Amino acid sequence: MNREIEGIYALWKRELIRFFRSKSRLIGSLGMPFFFLAILGTGLNSTIAVPIEGGYLQFIAPGIIGMVLMFASMFSGIIVIMDRQFGFLKETLVAPISRLSVVLGKGLGGATTAVIQGIIIMIIAILLGAQVQLVNILLLLVFMFMISMMFVSLGIAIASTMTDMHGFQLIMNFLIMPMFFLSGALFPLSSAPDFLRTASLFDPLTYGVAGLRYLILGSSGIDFGVSFLAISSLTVLFMLFAIRQFNRIEE
Amino acid sequence: MTKNAIEAKGLTKAYGDFTAVDSVSLSVEAGTIFGLLGPNGAGKTTLISMLVTMRRPTSGTALVNGFDISKQADSVRKSIGIVFQDPSLDDELTARENLEIHASMYGISKDIRDERIAELMGIVELGDRLNVVVKKFSGGMKRRLEIARGLLHHPKVLFLDEPTLGLDPQTRASIWEYIKKLNKSESITIILTTHYMDEADKVCDKLAIIDHGKIITVDAPESLKNKLGGDVISLKCSDGDPRVSRLLGLGWVKSAVKHNGYIDVRVEKGEEKIPALMRFMEKEGITVESVSLRKPSLDDVFLHYTGRTIREGEADPRAGMRLRRKAWGGR
Repeated sequence: MNREIEGIYALWKRELIRFFRSKSRLIGSLGMPFFFLAILGTGLNSTIAVPIEGGYLQFIAPGIIGMVLMFASMFSGIIVIMDRQFGFLKETLVAPISRLSVVLGKGLGGATTAVIQGIIIMIIAILLGAQVQLVNILLLLVFMFMISMMFVSLGIAIASTMTDMHGFQLIMNFLIMPMFFLSGALFPLSSAPDFLRTASLFDPLTYGVAGLRYLILGSSGIDFGVSFLAISSLTVLFMLFAIRQFNRIEE
Repeated sequence: MTKNAIEAKGLTKAYGDFTAVDSVSLSVEAGTIFGLLGPNGAGKTTLISMLVTMRRPTSGTALVNGFDISKQADSVRKSIGIVFQDPSLDDELTARENLEIHASMYGISKDIRDERIAELMGIVELGDRLNVVVKKFSGGMKRRLEIARGLLHHPKVLFLDEPTLGLDPQTRASIWEYIKKLNKSESITIILTTHYMDEADKVCDKLAIIDHGKIITVDAPESLKNKLGGDVISLKCSDGDPRVSRLLGLGWVKSAVKHNGYIDVRVEKGEEKIPALMRFMEKEGITVESVSLRKPSLDDVFLHYTGRTIREGEADPRAGMRLRRKAWGGR
């Protein structure tokens, strides 16, 4: 048992070391959300009417944080493919720790780095002028962590069935981007056409963004209880899915 | 307790209708250096991945250090070290970080960790590279680091899959030196695969020749060569297609094998047989371009048992299939 926990810790630490060592990757992954906030947010601030106080920048800030959490964690899950191509995965697969521990170490590590990026973007949003009313910081961190864990798990599950990065663009264009656009991160779902609103109910990120909006701005289109329940159950579900898929890797 | 480090019985791995490892039974005595020799695609790596519990056998099983690979995978894993054919380091981390992750996963307690790491990095002569990111290592240094990592938890058996593949001759020689030293000083059983015949000859106490997923013969390299006996006369023929069977009609010819435009003829007292052989070829109307005489090498042993040289073996369609499978990640 001790060895399993040590193994999880070591793999978690590996993710953090890699994260902090690669400054260019960090800047690269924060570039897009920064421009969303700084250009889209400020540019459309006075043009777009949103159902909350404080204007468009304020409205999209939680949405962009949700986007960062999703992108970062999906990516660190999918990076398992690289571990596979460059061999490190084998080292973990023949170690005397369970695959569950490997998934947990990887997942917790990826989620931690995603939350760090989410916090950085939140600070940037505040610096750009978004006025936040943090309802409960601890709950916010837990919620951000759950969203991240959910998407790292999804990433690991996908990566477990792929052997190279060729399918990555496919996932980017047909899974990640639609999830982002449908989530209500950029526009209020209350004023969207019915079919979009219905579709958004099947998007995990919708509940993530709604929950973040509540925790950061104090109000949201979806009741926080619903968001929390949706995210926590989806996190468990996706983790089980990831473990199942990862267990199937033969090599 | 069994004295054998490996005891395999009927170990088989099939992928659809392709049998990569075909009912292999094998015992490896503890403390020896045991080589698996065969062309690419012969099933060496698949055999090893089953022994290290990375792949489940389709049928059959094996004991490694007395533990069953199917039922006691965890105990097997704790008692072995592995150096894979392809690199398996995280090259964004330093050597120390790579070793620390390994130590954590293998439950090496913190108080002896640093000492062990220092000791092994000394053995593989990387002591001054502990805090360097692996990306900056040369191929040979990475290999040595992987060997150090494989030994960190003091395994009883070390598996080395093509440990010198793609390395320059000098590095290759020094790696083999470490391996021999380790085998002696730590009395570790070493199972290695290679397709460098000369290296296998020099390093291994025992060799198994494996081809098409089957073990063809197992013995000490010297015995394998002695079993063949006599000398090998190698003829290069420029025209005509001498029928090998006619050579066998000569009575004193033990065997004759054609490969790559050469005919290898095994005889006793080769130096005395060359004139007679030349007269025979002349009578057959075949021009011999060159003749050479040598003691049988492992290449000849391989040729004898498989009917081809190890290089020809690589052009084998089944080997190609394995490579394709690998490329597509098929099972």
